[in-house]
Amino acid sequence: MNRYSALGLLRGALNGQSHWKPAWRDAEARGHYDVVLIGGGGHGLATAYYLAKVHGIRNVAVLEKSWIGGGNTGRNTTLVRSNYRLAPLHNFFEFGLKMWEHLSDELNYNVMFSPRGAILLGHSDGDMVKLAERGDAMRCDGIDAELLTPGQIAKIEPLLNLSRAARFPIEGALIQRRGGTARHDAVAWGYARAADQLGIDIIQKCEVTGFVRNGGKVTGVETTRGRIGAGRVGICVAGHSGHVAGLAGLKLPIESQTLQALVTEGVKPMVQSVVMSQSLHCYISQSDKGGIVMGGDPDNWPSYARRGQPTIIEGAIAQAIALMPALSRLRMLRTWSGVTDMSFDGSPIIGPTPVDNLYLNGGWCYGGFKATPASGWTFAHTLATGASHALNAPFGLDRFERGATIDENGVGPKPNHR
Amino acid sequence: MYLIPCPHCGPRAQVEFTYERTVDSVVQPDAATGVAMRALFTRANPMGLDEEIWRHSFGCRAWMVLTRHRVTHAIEAVRAVGPEALP
Amino acid sequence: MTGPSRIAPGGETLGFTFDGVAYRARAGDSLAAALLANGVGLVGRSFKYHRPRGVLSAGVEEPNALVTVGEGGRTEPNTRATDLFVYEGLVARSQNRWPSLGVDFGAAIGLFSKALPPGFYYKTFFGPAKRWLRYEWFIRRAAGLGPAPTLPDPDRFSQRAAFTDVLVVGGGPAGLTAALEAAEAGRRVILVEQDAMLGASLVRDADLPAQAWLGETVDRLHALGARILTRTTASGYWDHNFLSLTQRLAEPGAIPTHCVAQRLWHVRALQVVLAAGAIERPIAFTNNDRPGVMLSQAVRTYVRRFGVLPGCRVVIATNNDDAYRTAQALAEAGAEIVAVLDARPRPADVAERFPVFWNARPASVEGSRHHLRRVSAIVDGAERSWNADLLAVSGGFVPAAHLHMQAGGKLDWNEGAQAFTPGATPQACVTIGAAASPPASTVSAPVGHPKKSFVDFQNDVTLADIDLAWAEGYRSVEHLKRYTTLGMATDQGKTSNMLALARLAEKGRVAIPDAGLTTFRPPFTPATMGLLGGPAARHAGAHVRRIALHDSHAALNPIWQPLGYWFRPRAYPRGTETLAQASLREARSVRTGVGMADVSTLAKFEVTGPDAAAFLELVCATSVSKLAAGRGRYTFMLREDGMVFDDGTVWRVAEHRYLLTSSTGGADRMAAHISYVRNCLRPDLRVSAVNVQEHYAGIALAGPRARETLAALAGTTLPRHMSIEPGEIGGIPVWLLAASYSGERAFEIYAEATRIAPVWTALAAAVEAADGCPYGLEAMELLRIEKGHIVVGGEVDGRLTPHDLGLEKMLNKAGGFVGASGLGRPALSDRGRRELVGLEALAGTIPEGAMLVTAEGCPPEGHVTASARHILHGGSIALAHLADGRYRHAEELIATSPTRGLATRVRVVSPHFYDPAGDRYRD
Repeated sequence: MNRYSALGLLRGALNGQSHWKPAWRDAEARGHYDVVLIGGGGHGLATAYYLAKVHGIRNVAVLEKSWIGGGNTGRNTTLVRSNYRLAPLHNFFEFGLKMWEHLSDELNYNVMFSPRGAILLGHSDGDMVKLAERGDAMRCDGIDAELLTPGQIAKIEPLLNLSRAARFPIEGALIQRRGGTARHDAVAWGYARAADQLGIDIIQKCEVTGFVRNGGKVTGVETTRGRIGAGRVGICVAGHSGHVAGLAGLKLPIESQTLQALVTEGVKPMVQSVVMSQSLHCYISQSDKGGIVMGGDPDNWPSYARRGQPTIIEGAIAQAIALMPALSRLRMLRTWSGVTDMSFDGSPIIGPTPVDNLYLNGGWCYGGFKATPASGWTFAHTLATGASHALNAPFGLDRFERGATIDENGVGPKPNHR
Repeated sequence: MYLIPCPHCGPRAQVEFTYERTVDSVVQPDAATGVAMRALFTRANPMGLDEEIWRHSFGCRAWMVLTRHRVTHAIEAVRAVGPEALP
Repeated sequence: MTGPSRIAPGGETLGFTFDGVAYRARAGDSLAAALLANGVGLVGRSFKYHRPRGVLSAGVEEPNALVTVGEGGRTEPNTRATDLFVYEGLVARSQNRWPSLGVDFGAAIGLFSKALPPGFYYKTFFGPAKRWLRYEWFIRRAAGLGPAPTLPDPDRFSQRAAFTDVLVVGGGPAGLTAALEAAEAGRRVILVEQDAMLGASLVRDADLPAQAWLGETVDRLHALGARILTRTTASGYWDHNFLSLTQRLAEPGAIPTHCVAQRLWHVRALQVVLAAGAIERPIAFTNNDRPGVMLSQAVRTYVRRFGVLPGCRVVIATNNDDAYRTAQALAEAGAEIVAVLDARPRPADVAERFPVFWNARPASVEGSRHHLRRVSAIVDGAERSWNADLLAVSGGFVPAAHLHMQAGGKLDWNEGAQAFTPGATPQACVTIGAAASPPASTVSAPVGHPKKSFVDFQNDVTLADIDLAWAEGYRSVEHLKRYTTLGMATDQGKTSNMLALARLAEKGRVAIPDAGLTTFRPPFTPATMGLLGGPAARHAGAHVRRIALHDSHAALNPIWQPLGYWFRPRAYPRGTETLAQASLREARSVRTGVGMADVSTLAKFEVTGPDAAAFLELVCATSVSKLAAGRGRYTFMLREDGMVFDDGTVWRVAEHRYLLTSSTGGADRMAAHISYVRNCLRPDLRVSAVNVQEHYAGIALAGPRARETLAALAGTTLPRHMSIEPGEIGGIPVWLLAASYSGERAFEIYAEATRIAPVWTALAAAVEAADGCPYGLEAMELLRIEKGHIVVGGEVDGRLTPHDLGLEKMLNKAGGFVGASGLGRPALSDRGRRELVGLEALAGTIPEGAMLVTAEGCPPEGHVTASARHILHGGSIALAHLADGRYRHAEELIATSPTRGLATRVRVVSPHFYDPAGDRYRD
C-alpha cells in the first residue's frame, strides 16, 4: 500500500507513476462477517472504516450492488455545513463538520474539504429574524454563525443581485464560515482505501436480495454472489432504504424521491462561497474545475428512477438567475438525479430496527453527503455497541410513532413539502 | 414530465398536478393512535407499482388515484376519488 | 504554402475579429471554417496542460476550438467555433491562456505533467482544511475555461409548448425521409436540425440528384404544413415522450433581431424519430491533439460545404471506407493525398486511386503550435513518415444515441461497426439512419506513446491516464470518468467515450460491451441557463398576487411587505415617520380610538350542506356543531400527527352554512387540506367546501370607537361579540363579523372583492372623522402580541401541540377530528416540551428570535417567537417557546442573541399581557 504524498508524485514523475497500487482491493466475499454493511456509498464505507478504526472490528464487509460511491455520494452538490436550527441536528452535523476539517489527513486522501463559507440569504425582515434565530441557536451550542449585511455579502459575492427592486431583495444573510464543499467522489474512495487498509472487504457488484433469518434475528444476507453470514447487518442505502428494508419485511418512514442537480460549463472563479436562500429553493456553488453546481427542491413525488422532470430544474435555474443574473449566459453542461430517502420529519434515522441484529442508517433527505463522517462514526458506534451514541440517540426509528420527531421545517409527515 | 390521464379532463401535463400521498397512508381521524401513526408514518415505498393520490390542482382540482410504476414511471391505471366517484 | 486556406478566393462579405485581429468571412461560414479559411490553425488551449489546439471537427462534438464570443452581458464563454455562424461584427476571443494564445505561460504546466497524473490532487495538499483553501485559490484560478461573466443578460428568452404526432430529430436524408412519410400520411410533424441548414450528410457529400431531392423534400414538407426548425437542438428527452428543444434565434453573442435570443420548446410527441446520425471517432497516437489533425468527415465538410481546404498535403488515417470519400473530396479540391493509412489488412483485390498503405496506423505527428509538418505511421510493423500539413482521421463512428438513452433505451453492441447502437426503448421512439446503422469499421490497437495519445482532448486525458486509473483500481467506467475527468468536459465525451471504453476493454481483456457503458443525461449539447430559466428568472418564478384594495393602499404610499405571493401594507408612515414610529402610532390609534386594516388575504372557505357541521368537526379541533346560527368562535386545526398547523375563526352563517377563516400564509395548504378531507376521507358527506379567499375582501375595524364608527355607516344593528350579521355599507352588501384580534372591540367587514373599494373609502372617511387611521401588519403584530394571540409561522411553528400552546381546553372533547389520534402519542406528554409563554424585559428590548438561557453559556431552553412593547405605556414584551414554560412563570432568564450581540434579562409571564379577561370587547 502506498502512502499518498507530494513526494510520491515526484517519485512517480521519474517512474511514470507506475508504483501506485489499487486504492482498494476488489475483495471476494467470505462466508461470515461480524458486521455486514449493505451499501458502498460514503456512509457505508465510513461506517466500515470507523468500525475498524475506533472499535477494532475488522471482520467487516461492505456490499455494493454496483460500484462504490455511485449512488448519492457521487450525485450530490457536495455541500458541507452544520447550520441547522434544531439542536439535535446542528449538534450532529457540527460533530461531522469538525471531522471534515481533518478528514484528508485522517484518510491520507485529499477530499478537498473547502471551508469557503456557506451563505444563507434572507429576503425580508421576517427571513432575517428566522436567520438570526437559527444563528443564535447555533452560537449558543458553540457553532460558528454570523449575520451579514448586504454590504458584507457584496464583498464576498459581488455578482449577487443586491437591487432593492428584486422580487426577493437580499436583506442580509447568515454565514457559516466553516461550511463549504468537498470533492464527493474522493470521500467514497478515501474511506474505501482507508477501510481496505484496515482489512475490510469491499465487495462490488454484489446486490443483496434477501435476509437470512433465524427466529426473529437476522443472521446474514442473500446476495447475487451467494449467502453471507453476519453478526449484525447495517443498511446504508439512502434512496433504496425502503426497498432493502422491505426485504426484511419492514416499512419505513421514508419515501424515495428524485433530486436533480446540474453543473454548467467551467468558467474562471465567479462564485466564491456556497449560496443558499431562506425563501428561494436553490443553492449555488462553483466547483474547483469552474462549473457552477446547483440544485433545487426534489421532484416531490416518489420515484426510484434517476430521471428528473425538466420544469423542476428549470424553476431552480430561474431562481438562481434571479439571485445572480450573470449566470444567464453560462450553459448547463450536465444534469443528473439521485434517489433521495425523504424521511417524514426531514431528519435522518440512525439506529436499531424492530428486527434483531438489523440496523438502519437512512432518511437523509437531500442532506446526506455532509453527514458522511458523523453518520459513519455514530453508526459504527451503534453497530459495535448495540446502543446509540448520544449524538444519534434522538434519531431513532421509533421517534415517529412515539411523537418525538425532529422537524426542522415544521411541516409534519409530508416528505414532499419543504 | 408525465402525461397524466385525468379522469375528468383527459391527458394533461404533470405540471398541472400535485402528488399528495399514497393510498396506504390514508387514515380516518378516529383510528387508534398506533394504527393511525403506522399508516401515516410508514410507506411500502416499493420499487414497482404503488397507488398514489394525486390532485389536478391547476386544472379541475379533482382528486384521483394513479397506479404508477416507481421505476418506469408508467401510469397503469387511474381512478377518480371524491364525491363524484361514489356509486 | 502550408496550412488551411480557401479553395477559391473571394466572396467574403462579413467582417469579424479573433483575438483582436480582423478577418473576413463568407455568409454561412462557421467560425471554425472562417478561421481555417484565413489560415488560422491555433484556436484554443486545453484545460489542464494548455496544449495548443486547432479545429478537430465540424460539429457540436468539438472539444478543442472553444472561444468566448460577444461583448458585455451577451458574452458567451466556451462557444464551439464549429457551432457558431459568423455574423458581421462577430467578436471572438481565445480563452484559458495568458498572456496570449500564441505565448501561453500556462503551458509551463505541461513541463510538470509527469508529476501531475490524473487524481494527483487526491494524493497531496494535505494539512488542515484552511491550508487546502489556499492551494485551492490557485487551482481555481488555473482551472475554468472561459472568463466568468459579470453582467446581467440584456436579451430575452422565450418558451413555447407544442404537441405533435411525430417529432423528427435530425434533418439529414434519413430524418427528412421519415418526416416526409409522416407528413404525407397526414400526421402533424416537427423536424428539428441543430445546424443552420438541412441536409447533413447531403451537404458534405453533395451530388446534383441529392441536392434536387433535398430541395423538393423541403418544399413538400412545407407544403404539407410540417414545422421545420433549424438551429434547434433536441436537448432533453424526458418521461412520456416529452422533449425539450433549444432554438437559437440569434447566434451566440449576436444582438437578436427581436430581443429574443433563444426559444425553449416543450414538445409532447406521440412518436419520436431519432435520426441524429453518428459522430466520428478520433484515433489515439502521439500528439493526436495537435492543430492539423482533424476528423475525416469534418475535413470533407470544410471542403465541400465551406470551400475551405484545411491542408494541401494530406495524410488520411482510417479503419473504414468512409475516409476514402474525404480523400476524393480533397483531391478534387486540389490537395495532394500523400498517403492513406488503412488499419485493415490488404483486401484481396482492390483498385487504389490513392497511395494506400494497408495494416497501417498513425503513430505520431510533429508540427508547430499552428500547423502540422510531419506524420509518422507504423505500416506492417515498420515506421514510415511523410511531410504533411493535415492528417484526417477516422476511427469509426459512434451513433448519436444520446436521446435514445435519455429516453431510457438500451444499447446493443454492433460488432461490424465496433459501436453501440440503439436497442429496446420503453418510449414511443425509433432510431433510423446512421445512428441506427453506422458504417462498418474495424478495431485496432493504438501504436503511439500512451502519455501523449489523447483520448479526451479538452480535459487532457491520455491513454496513460486511463491505464493509471486502471492500475489504481478505478476500473468501473464511472470510476474511470470521475477519477480522470474523462468525458466531463464541455463536449461531454462525444469523441472520447468509445476510445476510453476500448482501452478499458483492452486492459481488462474483455469485449468492449463487457467493459461497461456510461449513461447520457440531458442536455445533448450545453444549454444556456437564461433559456432554461426563461422569463420566470425576472421574478424568481414567483408571481405577485395583487390584493383587491391595492390601489387604495398605494394612494397612501405604505411600506409594503411580502406575505406569501401577496404584498400587504406594513405601515402607513406619515411625513418622516420610521416604520417603528408609524406602526406604534397606528397601534395606539387602535388602543385609544379606532383603526382600520385590510385583512383580505385571510384564507376563507364557505362550507355548506346538511353535513357542514360534521365536516368542520373533522377539520377543526374545536367543537363546531354547538355553534348557534349567527355565532362564531375561534378555532384551530391539527395535522394528522396532532400538531397545530393553522388557526382562524368559524362562523355559522345559517343553519347549514358556515364561513371558515384561517391564516394568509397557510391559505394554499389549508385549501389542499380541506379538499383532502372532503375527497379522500369523507366523500360521502353532503357538503360543499369552497375556497372563497379571493372572492371576498375584508376590512378590520378595531378600537374603542369602532362600534360608533361602524354604526353610523352600516345603519343596522351591529353584531355582538363573536356574532355575524348581514349589512350594507355605501350600498354594497357586506357581512359584519364581530371578532377581536387586536384585543379591542373590533369588526371584520367582508364584501365581494370586486366591490370592496367603495366600502374601504366609506370606512376610511368615517375612521378619519373619528381621528383614527389605517393600520398595517406591523401594528397588527404589536396589537396581537400584547393581546397574546398566536400566529401561524410564529408561535405556531408546526412543532407544537394544542397543549404546548395552551389551547388544550378548547379541544373538542368528542374527538374524531383530524389529528386526534396523533395526540395520543406518548412523547407528546413528556416533560421538557416547548410551551408558549410571555416574557417581560427587566430592562431593554427583547430581541426577536433570541435564545432563552438560564445563564450565558448554558444550552437554550427556548426562543423568542415575537417581540413587541406595551403599546400605551412602553416596556418590552415578547411571546416565546420555553421548555415546560407553563410551570416557569416568574422565573428570570436571559434572552440572548449572539449573532446580534444582544442579551436582555427577562421574566417569564403569562402570554396575555393586555386585558386577559377580554372585558374590552365582550358584550
